Parts: sequence; structure tokens; C-alpha cells
Amino acid sequence: MTNTTPHISVQDLNVHIGNQHILKNISIDIPNKKVTSIIGPSGCGKTTLLKSFNRLLDNTADVKITGKVLVDGEDIYDPNAEITHIRKKMGLLSQRPYPLPMSIYDNVAYGPRIHGNPKKKDLDILVEQQLRATGLWGEVKDRLNASATRLSIGQQQRLCLARGLAVNPEIILGDESTSALDPVSTNIIENLFIELKEKYSIVLVTHILRQAARVSDYIIFVYMGEIIEYGPTKELLHNPKEKLTQEYVKGYIV
Amino acid sequence: MIKRKIEEYFFKTLMILATIIVVGSFFLIVGTIFSKGLPYMTLDMVTKVPGGGFYIGKEGGVLNAIIGSLYIAGGATVLGLIISIPVAIYINMYLNNKNFISNLLRTVFDVLFGIPSIVYGAFGFLIMVYFGLRASLLGGTIAVTLLIIPVLVRTLDEVIRTVPGELRDAALSLGATRWEAAKVVLRQIRPGIYTAILLAFGRGIGDVASVLFTAGFSDNIPTSLHEPAATLPLAIFFQLGSPIAEVQGRAYASALILTIVVLIITLLSELLIKKFSKHKIG
Repeated sequence: MTNTTPHISVQDLNVHIGNQHILKNISIDIPNKKVTSIIGPSGCGKTTLLKSFNRLLDNTADVKITGKVLVDGEDIYDPNAEITHIRKKMGLLSQRPYPLPMSIYDNVAYGPRIHGNPKKKDLDILVEQQLRATGLWGEVKDRLNASATRLSIGQQQRLCLARGLAVNPEIILGDESTSALDPVSTNIIENLFIELKEKYSIVLVTHILRQAARVSDYIIFVYMGEIIEYGPTKELLHNPKEKLTQEYVKGYIV
Repeated sequence: MIKRKIEEYFFKTLMILATIIVVGSFFLIVGTIFSKGLPYMTLDMVTKVPGGGFYIGKEGGVLNAIIGSLYIAGGATVLGLIISIPVAIYINMYLNNKNFISNLLRTVFDVLFGIPSIVYGAFGFLIMVYFGLRASLLGGTIAVTLLIIPVLVRTLDEVIRTVPGELRDAALSLGATRWEAAKVVLRQIRPGIYTAILLAFGRGIGDVASVLFTAGFSDNIPTSLHEPAATLPLAIFFQLGSPIAEVQGRAYASALILTIVVLIITLLSELLIKKFSKHKIG
């Protein structure tokens, strides 16, 4: 796959929850191996859009989804699509870290274990590799069997990232992944995103404009369930074409 | 200003009084059982079945009822869990995007929860008559299972609902199937499962009406599922109805035994809850 083919391609996506029309006629291409940020005011539908990419949206009560989301050219809403396979392609980093109720080691090993029967030796290598990739190895290597809940919240979030990377995804989805973190941990996570885009396509939902500016290559501005503007970060932030985007960037719409 | 202070004082006093009433009645009940039962509490009570003259105050004990109650309440709790855990998981993990059906099911279990135990007893009895079964350990266990399933399902349901949806999503987004995600949720609620077991076992072992027709009563320890079985609540009921002081005293001793059994189960489950809360998030 070349860098010019979109990794995720959304076509005419409409999402209703109950009788609310949450996402309206969304069509967008998410580029390969770039960081794309979805910004917009609270309740505009940005998290819903993100969750439509790995079909976590399916678990919402009274949800109705129409349209297509193509990942690597395959429609994930096709009734025959293998949902666990789709989700395996995407690591999710949620707002607050949710480590699984098990040890640090088992958290990272969870994904590889459900997808196969890795040998203990291979698993050890993999766990170390992912913990190193998220800069956690030095901090936890002596207490891998300790409960993951004993880690600080910033460490937990990096553990969740390591856990996601361990299933070998292509895409990382971040849902305001730093909003519960202190500034130092936020910085670590942001730098990880920039590092990781070498190998992964990254989509982030954020309400922090400075964060979008720091880490992303492209920005999607969503307002009231519609995509208002999409473009390269600098262009969208410094020279927005749409009036709504201008107002949001200047802080008139919250 | 003064009005606010009076209000604060009034409600604080009310809360303290209410707490005193509850704790006070606890000690009153336990105290009564101890003072009336302890004099009749002999080793024979817990090691022997009723002898020939037991019901006129002679030799024997209530071992038949202790064993019968443990069999029935224990068996019903195990059977109940086998049925309730899948139901609770199904409602929460599979029907979670269909609010109408899951809420309907919750209402059904709330109604079942509220049905008096005598109705379960009568229903169990009808089924037994239909199949030509006699009052037996099996019949009693089934009736008590029916009785405690709503307790188990609703308790487990409430516990599962306290698990953040994001934990389930975390497992799902790693490519887990819904059942694999459910297993993660079950790990998280393991302490809650012990609470459910405690409540269900407590209700099962203390109930008279559901076992009255279905388990029957016997002075022997049942050796098969088809033999009738005694239970502690029924033993207390029969002994209390006796005009003989000795037998009445033994009723309190039996009540003491029942209380101690429940106490042991409570302590045991609290121990397990502590032990398995290690990895629990949040």
C-alpha cells in the first residue's frame, strides 16, 4: 500500500442514536501513516465518528448506522465482515486508561493470547518489545506480575497503548487519550504518537487545539454531526476556509 | 441560619436513632437466640439425627436438618449460578444495544424476585405431582433454585452494570469476541459474584415455604436425591410448635446453628471478596 491510498475511507456515513441524527452524510478519507485529528465542540459527534471505525458503536443502545466505512478497501459494515478481525487492526486508546483486571504482563499478553497460542518465550519477547515501545519497560520490568491497577494513571495509559500494539494493528484510534493525564504523561503520549506514525495510521479525537497542532498532519473539523472542513494542520488552523472553522479556532464556539 | 442548624440537628438525630434501632434489633435477635438456645446446645445436637424420643425431649440432634439444609441451599446456589451467570451476561453483553428487551427482562426478574416463596413451593409441588415425584431432596433443591435465581440474576446484573463499558470496549477493541470480553468482565466482578452467592445462599437456607411440600421432612440424612430431606427452618418450626419445654429450647438451639452457618458463609465470602479484589480496577 502506498502512502497516497487512504487507509480508512468513509462513504456517506449516517448514524442515528434513538431519534437523534448524530452523524450526517460523512464522507472522508483518512491517509495512511499520518496523524489525523478530529476536532470540534463537545457533543459534535467526533467520538461517535471514531467509534464507527472499529464498530464499537454497535454496542450503543438504539443505534442505526448506514453508509460504508472501508478499511484497506474492505467494507467493515458488510454483514459478512469478520468483526474481531476488523477490531484487531485498530488499537483504541480511550479517554481514561482501562487496564484489564489482571497483571501488567497479562494485560500486554491478552491480545496475542486470544488470537493464538503463543509460546511463553515468544510472549516474553513480545511483552518486553511493546513495553519498550511505549517507554514503560524500565519502570515496570521488575514487577510484571503486579496488578496493572497499581500503576500511575499515565503509566496505565501507556500500558493500554502497549496492549493495543501487541496485537499488531495498522491503525491507532485515540479518543481524547490524554485528557485524564498530567502534563508530563500527556507529553510522553503525544511524542509516542509522533514516533508511531512511522508504522501506523493514527486518528485522534481531541478538544485541545494545541495538541492537534502539535501532533497531527491533518485535521478534520466536525460541527453538529457534519464535517465542516478537512485539510492539512497548518492550513486548517491558520487559514481556515469556512467561517465556522474560523470561529472555532479563535475560540468563539466551545 | 438557626433553621438550617435545627434541620441539620434533627436529621442527624433521626439517622442515629434509625441506626440504633437496626443494630439494636440485631443484637436483640441474636441475644435471644443465644440465651434461649445455648443451654440446649449440646454436641448431640450437631452430631446426631433425631432418636426415637427426640420430639418428646429425649435423645438425638438435628444433624439431619443441618445436612439437608446445606445440601439444598448449596445445591440450589450451584444450580442457580449455572443458570444466572449466563442470563446476566446475556442481558448485559449481548442485549446491551437493545434497551427494550433487556429492561423487559429486568422487570420480569424483579417480579419473580417479589413472588412469595410459598408460590415457588406450590409451583414446585405441582411439577412434582405432574411427574409423579414425591417430596425429596431433588424437589426441594429445584424449588429453592427457582426461588434464588431472581436474587442471583438481579444481583449479578447490578454488579455487571457497575463495570465501566470502556473495560468491555477495551477487550473488544483488541479483537476479543463478546464471550471473551464477558470473561474479562467476570474477572472484574468476581468479588461481586461472591456477594450474590452469599445473598442467594442466605435466602435459600432460611426459607421454609418453598421446601415445605417439595423437600418434605425426614429424621434421616438423605442418601439419594429421591429421599425426603429435613431442613433447619422446618426443624425449628416443628420443635417450636411442641408444648414440651425441652423441645422448644432445642428450636432455639437449631436457630443458633442456622445463624452460625449463615455467619460462617458470610465470613467465608468476605474473605474471598478480599482475596479476589487484587486486580479489580476502579
